[in-house]
Amino acid sequence: MSQQGRTLFDKIWEQHLVGRRSDGRELIYIDRHVLHDLHAPHAFGKLAQAGRQVRRPDLTFSMQDHSVSVQPGRTDDTYAEGAAFVRAMREGSRKNNVRVFDLGDPDQGISHVVAPELGLVLPGATHAVPDSHACTVGGLGALAFGCGTTELEHILATQVVTLFRPKRLRVNLLGSLGADVAGKDVALAVIAKLGVAGGRGFAIEFAGPVARALPVEGRLTLCNLTIEMGSRSGFVAPDEAVFNWIKGRPFAPDGAQWDQALTYWRTLFTDADAIFDKELDVDCSHLAPQITWGTEPSQVIGIDGRVPDPATLESDKRAPVERAISYMGLEPGAPIEGLPVGRVFIGSCTNSRLPDLEIAAHIVKGRKVAPGVTAWAVPGSSQVKRDAEARGLDRIFKEAGFMWGESGCSMCAGTNGDMGQAGERVLSTTNRNFENRQGRGVRTHLVGPALAAAAAVAGRITDVRKL
Amino acid sequence: MRPFITLSGPAMPMIEDDINTDQIAPLQLAKGLSPDWGQLLFKRQRMNADGSDNEHVLNKPQYQKPAILVANENFGCGSSRESAVWCLTGVGIRCVIARSIADIFRENCLLNGLLPIELSGAAMDRLQALVSEIDGAQSFSVDLPAQTVRAPNGETFSFEISASDKTRLIEGLDEVGLTMKHESEIVAFEDKIRKSMPWMQEARDRRL
Repeated sequence: MSQQGRTLFDKIWEQHLVGRRSDGRELIYIDRHVLHDLHAPHAFGKLAQAGRQVRRPDLTFSMQDHSVSVQPGRTDDTYAEGAAFVRAMREGSRKNNVRVFDLGDPDQGISHVVAPELGLVLPGATHAVPDSHACTVGGLGALAFGCGTTELEHILATQVVTLFRPKRLRVNLLGSLGADVAGKDVALAVIAKLGVAGGRGFAIEFAGPVARALPVEGRLTLCNLTIEMGSRSGFVAPDEAVFNWIKGRPFAPDGAQWDQALTYWRTLFTDADAIFDKELDVDCSHLAPQITWGTEPSQVIGIDGRVPDPATLESDKRAPVERAISYMGLEPGAPIEGLPVGRVFIGSCTNSRLPDLEIAAHIVKGRKVAPGVTAWAVPGSSQVKRDAEARGLDRIFKEAGFMWGESGCSMCAGTNGDMGQAGERVLSTTNRNFENRQGRGVRTHLVGPALAAAAAVAGRITDVRKL
Repeated sequence: MRPFITLSGPAMPMIEDDINTDQIAPLQLAKGLSPDWGQLLFKRQRMNADGSDNEHVLNKPQYQKPAILVANENFGCGSSRESAVWCLTGVGIRCVIARSIADIFRENCLLNGLLPIELSGAAMDRLQALVSEIDGAQSFSVDLPAQTVRAPNGETFSFEISASDKTRLIEGLDEVGLTMKHESEIVAFEDKIRKSMPWMQEARDRRL
């Protein structure tokens, strides 16, 4: 009798299973641990207090991304409030023999962009970051866990994370994508269907022809938004596109180890007869570029859509919609297109890789940022910045009137002081449109780079397909 | 970690879905590495544009020392920031009761001696109604060994929690210590992988 097939999640989980604690939690080995400046200083402090060492400094890396300025010519002190974090990160990393990708380092950038780019994260590997967007690297077929500060300290001391095994959800992305529709639009469409809590307690595998057809960077964008579905971990099974993408990267295996790794990676797929706890089909044909209208990532419509009218909803569904419409300064039932925009932000772990910047630059080229609009393009890593500059993208952005920044998280979470102004309507390629996330009273619409660029030059929310 | 056995005090109603950790801990307003976390709790939402207090529930006199927070669906979603838990414990909240609680936030609660309770259906309808009606005038109490929440009128609500999470909170166990009992298994795992998948145990910069 043949054994029941296994999901890819179970294959990776079981390969990393070290043991089971007396309390029933499973110990999952972490292959690559990446820290960032906003939360790691606390963990370094607690570790020192407890008299503990970093168990595997050689598998641990520090990234300065959350509290750094992205202004050209920045130093530790350009954002004064962040300097204490940047210095504590540097000092804690040095004391614990952890390599730090510091300001000025050619590999500095947003951890979720840099880890794949350097080949630090690999298919079938486990990855932990004290950040909920750790899930991004699922685009390479890695299993990632966003974690808190105490869990971070635990991983530093033990190199394992202790978890109950989540259930498995497969999201089948069907059909094919039209023009000006990319990974971000797919992710937003899934969130609209699944809801912000629909993935709670599950690890999500994104499958189907649309997942397969997405370029690697698009898969990273898709997986980045897994946490916005309520799930800690999401991934796409790795394939030849991923293997080719990784080959030759600085930390990727080479020589005989490459061949050995490749043989293993080719076993990383869900068996045909594997059973999921839940499956969801999302047809992506005819998908318009997506935009959030409200204050949760699930409040999504197509760019040609209309703001919902609470009067048409069941009475118990009205209050949160009314509140979001009021906060966002919208007209119930009105088209989203045409609303004037005050600020555009292209960047963050969601959409700041080279293809994202290329999409935006293609739209911006030969045009000007509309009067009254502040527009920023912030590359996801120093490497992305160099690659973009080698292609002349920086000149396109700057000539149009964009600020071309150094790499960092910037306006995504505003923890480096980069925020909009109260009442300002912002088109942002980031991941959270929560009230006040990008500054008090800021009205954030989440979009992909194409809609963001179109709004910057038009000064209004614009269907990029008509530009 | 501070053990959790029983708790008694005001139960504060915030009967909303999807209260996220950006709302709970607006880190943009935090000053320095070790701010007053309790002071930061829901800070954006509880002040007017000029910085003065608004009518947020946390500004009411009866909730200056809350013990329990009662919400609705998907409490603690969004960012993994553990400071969301520190903000809650910073004002004395050591129990959150919601219909559902986000995964990472729930783990962070367990690691900080904050009891996350999930209650649903008619029981939760009733508890929410009582909490809103009593509005901080009398104390609610929580008994973790008995797995009950008791309202001032004597009504009790039973809740589920896994045996391991219960023990973890009651004993205030040292997580790292608990895991390091398995150190030999961790070492054996590393040795095995070093042989079978050497690239996994080695994160070497091949440019150096």
